Amino acid sequence: MQWHDANEFFSMGGRGGFVWGAYGAMALLMLAETLLALRRHRAARAAIAERLADEARARAAQVRT
Amino acid sequence: MSRLSADIDDRIRTGARLTWFTFAAPANFYRLAGWLAPACAVAAALLALAGLWTGFFVAPSDATQGEVYRIIFIHVPAAWLSMVLYVAMAGWAALGWLLNARMAFMLARAIAPTGALFALLALWTGSLWGRPTWGTWWVWDARLTSELILLFLYLGYMALVAAIDDTRRADKAGALLAIVGVVNVPVIYFSVIWWNTLHQGSSLTMGAAPKMASTMLLAMLLLTFACWFYAFAVVFVRARAIVLEREGGTAWARALLAPTAGLAPRGKQGT
Repeated sequence: MQWHDANEFFSMGGRGGFVWGAYGAMALLMLAETLLALRRHRAARAAIAERLADEARARAAQVRT
Repeated sequence: MSRLSADIDDRIRTGARLTWFTFAAPANFYRLAGWLAPACAVAAALLALAGLWTGFFVAPSDATQGEVYRIIFIHVPAAWLSMVLYVAMAGWAALGWLLNARMAFMLARAIAPTGALFALLALWTGSLWGRPTWGTWWVWDARLTSELILLFLYLGYMALVAAIDDTRRADKAGALLAIVGVVNVPVIYFSVIWWNTLHQGSSLTMGAAPKMASTMLLAMLLLTFACWFYAFAVVFVRARAIVLEREGGTAWARALLAPTAGLAPRGKQGT
């Protein structure tokens, strides 16, 4: 390992802004995409469950009348 | 879940053929992807940890570029993935058109945003690498321009399929765009050979001692596989969402969600 301390590691030979800007954007965007995909899947499930619940309510109302 | 898997389980039990076409059925694909997505995510995380460790703590400084070269460990995987995913997207779109297969079209749509993300990241990380090494954020050279066109092809595909209300027509229009755009992929790949560009050539022959190059190569390959598994995981999750969005009215999708809605599943339906 060529780093003597944390400062040296984070400065990346004075090019820390470029290196961490690249890695940071990659991590951030991948995390964001994952969350968006998971949310889309949850929303799709919720939409079907909602429709089923609506139908059940409609059936129940029909029985009462 | 068990009801959903009944078809596959039946096939396995009876020794019936369990072929690739089994998973062309959205219901079966949904279940398979539900297993694969978390597995791929775990693989991606482990490979990323190994790759980052190798890239930052094992690989030495570069003789000419110092530390900033470490961007290569994510820049090259992002660029590779952006090209491979495009070919995969166009391939599924073409298959969907040829076989009139719903699942193939859905996969093409599921791949597009991830491909666009990697194209954007390839450009972004390349820009941050180009500034300190070339002295410029951007040049209109063949490699950079063709990669930018790839990003626009992804965005164009996504905009096109989103703009057409009729799903089948949207799928086919998108497929046409995706297939025509494939010509851009070899252009990106061979651009550093065909034209005189600022972009460096092959990444696998860096100007360093062989032993140094091998740890650098290892980091790059580990992170490439990490990106691969990440792409699989996120595409599977998005494909599952698309399947439900399109097939929400079908019996299997209703049965899947019936327990959480507090309703009687199968059997009492259809009345």
